[in-house]
Amino acid sequence: MIAASPETGAKRPPIPPRPWTNTRIFGNALMALWIVAGVSLVWYLGTSVASPFFQKYWPKYIDGFLVTLQIVSLSLVLGMILSVPVAFARSSSWKIFSAPAYAFVYFFRGTPLLAQTFLIYYGAGSFRPELEAVGLWGFFREAFNCVIFAFSLNTSAYQAEILRGSVQNVAKGQWEGAAALGLSKPVTFFKIILPQALMVALRPYGNEIILMIKGSAIASIVTIYDIMGETRRAYSRSYDFQAYIWAAVIYLMIVETLRRIWDKIEDRLTRHLKR
Amino acid sequence: MNEALTLLSFGEQGWGDTIALGVMITVALAICTLPFGLILGFLIALAKNSTEPSLKLAANIYTTIFRGLPELLTLFLVYFGVQIGIQQGLKLLGFDVYFEVNSFVAGMVALALVFSSYASEAFLSAFRGIPQGQYEGGYALGLSRYQTMTLVILPQLIRLALPALSNLWLILLKETSLVSVIGLADLIRESGIAARVTKEPFLFFGLACLIYLVLAMISSAGLSRVERWSKRGEASR
Repeated sequence: MIAASPETGAKRPPIPPRPWTNTRIFGNALMALWIVAGVSLVWYLGTSVASPFFQKYWPKYIDGFLVTLQIVSLSLVLGMILSVPVAFARSSSWKIFSAPAYAFVYFFRGTPLLAQTFLIYYGAGSFRPELEAVGLWGFFREAFNCVIFAFSLNTSAYQAEILRGSVQNVAKGQWEGAAALGLSKPVTFFKIILPQALMVALRPYGNEIILMIKGSAIASIVTIYDIMGETRRAYSRSYDFQAYIWAAVIYLMIVETLRRIWDKIEDRLTRHLKR
Repeated sequence: MNEALTLLSFGEQGWGDTIALGVMITVALAICTLPFGLILGFLIALAKNSTEPSLKLAANIYTTIFRGLPELLTLFLVYFGVQIGIQQGLKLLGFDVYFEVNSFVAGMVALALVFSSYASEAFLSAFRGIPQGQYEGGYALGLSRYQTMTLVILPQLIRLALPALSNLWLILLKETSLVSVIGLADLIRESGIAARVTKEPFLFFGLACLIYLVLAMISSAGLSRVERWSKRGEASR
């Protein structure tokens, strides 16, 4: 270590210049490309803020945003409620419970969300007499309800796996320690196991929310006017490509903001685990 | 029950052959996307793993964009964007023709973009699992950087990245369903046509779901064989 000594006044040797290797040239070229793309995008969107397209359609995008928000939040909450019994059944040692739960999870994780949505939205029509008999036809007639139904089932399968995985990840000694202290099983589960499990599950839950936001674009295919639906309508009316660019900007902003907020929350909640 | 079987049979009255064609397209799209996605993903992982900050940042911007956009939107961006871009380009050159992008190719490009950004994360975490000594050992034997990468690092990398990549393959297989929206005659689209004509939507979409499940099962079986093959070096002692 060569430091400037106060007596002699000798200076630290200069840092050798970083050579312009091929990698560095290439990296800078790529960055230049991104910067040019970013600046031209900002310039394009900036100049088109006053354009007739933006003037005409920005309230639509806000409506779409609210619909997307509704779909995502409703499905996530309903899915979370449904995921608890599924996760319990799935980790049960009784085959009558675990086998159907496994089939449920396997089906909803193994098939595309689009196919599930179609199955429920169009498929409900096949059971119209039966549904009318039980008075549920009014529910399944609305595309919005079908989408919520399909998305909730889909996310509940994923959330059940997250919940089950994180509960199983808690060390066995935690159960044994609680039993040694004379705590009952439910108390152990809710006061000792679940808090630790949820800490581990934070990241996958965050990913699931983001996946749901991205997946909710599928709702636009079955006539829901969420962000994507409004975008497609705006494009089909104006043939202006900026419709899709605005949608991309909105989705990226939502996902990035959410990711950052989630990172902050995770950082805060796991601060006792950091050394 | 018999009616359903007739509808699903092959030949004149049934929709079996139409749906089989759809399955072929679905599988073909996924298989054609895979190599591009893997290679692009590997290159991006290399960029993220490099010591050059500008290269790292450029690669991270790429993944942020394509992991943040809904796959459906990426698909539309590619499908309409490329179409408009080429049309504008041709107009500049003096040709005023209508140009339409093939939906198979557009789907391939869009899915490869999404796949590669996720695959790069899988490769990156695999890179982190390989100790520095492996590189040093390669150089000490007089191998060039390229040789070290292909002969020493890559074989270990594949083994480490395989579980994550198998997952991505299953996701890719499901995402191909989105390409039906831009008119590719894949499994979902063919089932939709059959459902509309026969007025039996539950039967045909249910069948489509089951076919996706079967495809996933076949892939899982295949992938677990590949995994066993990749681990043949670490046989029990």
